[in-house]
Amino acid sequence: MEQLIQQVASGLANGAIYACLALALVMIFVSTDHINFAQGELAMFSAFLCWQFMDWGLTFWLALPVVAFISFLVGVSVERVILRPLHNAPVLSIVVVFIGLLAIFHSMAGSIWGHTIKQFPSPFPNVHFAGSGYIGPHQIGMVVVTLLLLLALFAFFRYTPIGLAMRAAAQNPVSARLVGIRVDMMLALGWGLAAAVGAVAGALVAPVVFLEPNMMASILLYGFAGALVGGISSPGGAVAGGFIVGILENLVAYFGNLLEKSTGIYVVGNGEKLMVALIIVITVLTLKPSGLFGHVTVKRV
Amino acid sequence: MGAAKSGRRIGLWLLLLILLVAPIAGSKLGLISNFMVLQLSLMIVYAIAVLGLNLLTGYNGQISLGHGAFFAIGAYVAAVLIDRYDLPWWSTLPIAAASCFVAGYLFGLPALRLEGHYLALATFALAIAVPQILKYRHLENLTGGVQGINLIKPDAPFGLPLNSDQWMYVVVFVVAVFMFWVARNLLDSRIGRSLMAIRDHAMAASTMGINIAQTKAITFGISALYVGVAGALHAIIFEFVAPDSFRIDVSISLLVGMVVGGVASLFGSVLGGVFVQVIEKYADAGARLLSQSLHLPIDIEPWTIYGIALILLVYVMPTGIAGGLAALWGRIRRRSGN
Amino acid sequence: MSKLTRRNLITGTSVLALALAAAATPSLAQKKYDDGASDTEIKIGNIMPYSGNASAYGAIGKTSEAVMKKINDEGGINGRKVNFISYDDGYSPPKAVEMVRKLVEEDKVLLVFNPLGTPSNTAIQKYLNTKKVPQLFVATGASKWGKPKEFPWTMGWQPDYATEGSIYAKHILANHKDAKIGVLMQNDDYGKDYFNGFKEGLGKENEKLIVQVSTYEVTDPTVDSQMIQLKNSGANVFFNITTPKFAAQAIKKAAEIDWKPVHYLNNVSSSFGAVFKPAGIEASQGILLALYRKDASDPQWANSPDIVAWKAFMAKYMPGADIRDDGHNYGFSVANTLVEVLKRCGDNLTRENVMKQAASLQGFEAPMLLPGIKINTSPTDFYPIQSVQLGRVKGESFELFGQILSNESK
Repeated sequence: MEQLIQQVASGLANGAIYACLALALVMIFVSTDHINFAQGELAMFSAFLCWQFMDWGLTFWLALPVVAFISFLVGVSVERVILRPLHNAPVLSIVVVFIGLLAIFHSMAGSIWGHTIKQFPSPFPNVHFAGSGYIGPHQIGMVVVTLLLLLALFAFFRYTPIGLAMRAAAQNPVSARLVGIRVDMMLALGWGLAAAVGAVAGALVAPVVFLEPNMMASILLYGFAGALVGGISSPGGAVAGGFIVGILENLVAYFGNLLEKSTGIYVVGNGEKLMVALIIVITVLTLKPSGLFGHVTVKRV
Repeated sequence: MGAAKSGRRIGLWLLLLILLVAPIAGSKLGLISNFMVLQLSLMIVYAIAVLGLNLLTGYNGQISLGHGAFFAIGAYVAAVLIDRYDLPWWSTLPIAAASCFVAGYLFGLPALRLEGHYLALATFALAIAVPQILKYRHLENLTGGVQGINLIKPDAPFGLPLNSDQWMYVVVFVVAVFMFWVARNLLDSRIGRSLMAIRDHAMAASTMGINIAQTKAITFGISALYVGVAGALHAIIFEFVAPDSFRIDVSISLLVGMVVGGVASLFGSVLGGVFVQVIEKYADAGARLLSQSLHLPIDIEPWTIYGIALILLVYVMPTGIAGGLAALWGRIRRRSGN
Repeated sequence: MSKLTRRNLITGTSVLALALAAAATPSLAQKKYDDGASDTEIKIGNIMPYSGNASAYGAIGKTSEAVMKKINDEGGINGRKVNFISYDDGYSPPKAVEMVRKLVEEDKVLLVFNPLGTPSNTAIQKYLNTKKVPQLFVATGASKWGKPKEFPWTMGWQPDYATEGSIYAKHILANHKDAKIGVLMQNDDYGKDYFNGFKEGLGKENEKLIVQVSTYEVTDPTVDSQMIQLKNSGANVFFNITTPKFAAQAIKKAAEIDWKPVHYLNNVSSSFGAVFKPAGIEASQGILLALYRKDASDPQWANSPDIVAWKAFMAKYMPGADIRDDGHNYGFSVANTLVEVLKRCGDNLTRENVMKQAASLQGFEAPMLLPGIKINTSPTDFYPIQSVQLGRVKGESFELFGQILSNESK
């Protein structure tokens, strides 16, 4: 039982990582209808930038806004410079461009900062408290920041004119243009916001997994799965999805382990936890193709 | 009209004959190394795999990010049969094809309910899962676990004066010609037309009486079959399979090859196969050259070149190299016509 | 036979004539070359993962290349410049086969040096042995590389994982009476090699001491879940078979969840710069490991001549490189072992002689090796380094203890 609680807590903490990235994926999806495979690498690159600023003497809480802003600009310029001319290109071409971006950011980080893991200090105070054996202060901080981020985005999309304009531009570009919304600016804005959210994700993940160019490679898949299981068009769903995937994979390993211990039969273990988690995710999706919290989109014929 | 058509057919056969004989002759004369022959064989192997993906994604509109999974299944079916059951290598090709067809069909059935991004995730997950399954504890006796399986490269039969690289080139070439020929006829047939009808307008297709579910699942099977045969050939050429040979990179390469070569194009599939094989070599060489000539304070890594190449290609030839060449050819014809 | 004598006689006389005429080098008569060697050049092939997820290891290839540049600047090896050709294999076995074939068939290298990774080396081993091209000093510690009878053209370099694993097992048996052992291992052949050696060291009757084995995949973001499993298994001895990133995660997590077992860590992660400092020096105290090289950041070696030479080399030939990266340390050591072999080959640069010289290193002290650890090979011993010394992390230094443990009998 003790272990079960610990595994769930640890899954929750990992889930926060996936949720953050899933949130960034949703940001771009909501505004441009694309899944950005380079999102993880962008976040990793931002985390390196943050490390660099801290290495130059800034504190974390100063470096993070600066880096989030720089990432925002990078996101906007990627959209304006690289994706803009491909506005009418087929989805597959865009996917290949994303793969290209992924390769570039990954290798540039390696070129500039090297491949040896770097320590990335946790911004949260390292205190011991009742239950800190279950979940550490950084993990709690991650969960809280993720939820705050979600709340902020929710408010942004619901209550600010720009947020509303962005949603309008994504859902119905033609009408949006008619009411005077600059749709192309909104797309760029979506990219910028996603990159900024990614920067926060990167800075939260780095203290746990250590900073290096591969840091986000595997997390992207979990973030992707989280976003889809929750519903790729809903920020709240994506965060919930991230947590679900994080907990699910730990539970798979836990029960597999328990079964082997008690009966001596090996069915699943740590090696299969990702696979089983994905099978569950896909099963859910076949039963409910729009995700747990997504809305069904009505297709126009 | 008929004469022109048969003239073209003769031209095509002649071209194929040259493509078959020239590398063999070249390597016999010492003009090209055995390594080059191997490179050509691999280009063809990847062309078959890219064609497989193209049948599903290009012609039928189902996006797959995980066709490396079927590549791995094909390779392992061949390797296990040769190594554990002592089957002759050539007999494993049809078995690998059949197994991958079944695997693809079965995967295609539930995947029917998934569209677009969801299907992309499901296939991506499949590609991640297959190397894990190969390492699965209860399958280790069969698959060799993490160690993989070592094979022996087949020599040319009947005392043909070919070394094993040359012989494999002949095999791969003949298999590829056959499979492209089948694909062309398939696409020209009723099934082929319904494939594309589903891609272009699913609902209209179903009102025309096309069984969408069945057609999509069968397409998935056929697509997997092609990739599986390519995988089996890959295993035989390299005499080695291991889970590490079939990471997600293979799936990504196939997708990139398809888009860069030409979506929904047979010729594009060939170009895609060539591209996949060539880019990896030149990205490394290009990175070295740039690092040395620019005297940058940092070393440029191969992936930087790879990424830039991909983006530029999508820019310059948005419809793939096949489309780009066709456009170029059209322009030349127009100009010479004037 | 007579023909041979006559030819020798003829070359002999012509040499004499030459020597008299132009005072040429007297050893001209013994000059023998295979592909990749000539009067002016030695071509060495190498493959490394410069792209993809294992690109961290690229540092080794770059260091070897820089060492050869230094050797060339100093006049080369016996007057010949080294041409070091290194290709990217992306840590993919089929690509490794391709690149090695390019090296052998197109670049025509004399030998393939230090290819990295067990899967890639397994894939190229048969090819190189049929072609009779040396696969020299492979960069993996799998125990299958030193088999001169089956594979006379393949030779390892570093201590093999299995032996190291059994050393830890024996140390546990001797020092911890009521050991309950938890193992964390990477789920691939590197992990299995260590684990099998470890089990062998324990012996059948003691295998039951292992209470929990948790594996991880290189694609796992963290090993947190595994560490919780291990803690809850009640293990009081921890054998940690992980690569640097996961080792650092495991050390950090163990401290976070307050699990304080006797911690044995594999040599693969014996780096202050890449493991203990990122994981936290405090959390790393007391970790036990088997060592064969000096850590360049360890203050106790600061004045040792090879470390001084290495630092000068890094400053001159690899400015801007991350000196915390252990790959530079490893690469310097292994590349210098190759230089030694090529020096000993003299003017007989045939593949056969390369293997012969590589198999007759006795007591060679490659730079960076711990004092007392020497490279020994023979025609039946293709494991160059077979000695390690146990050490524990103390402060920012390794405290070595006990004797040097050798396994030379193999």
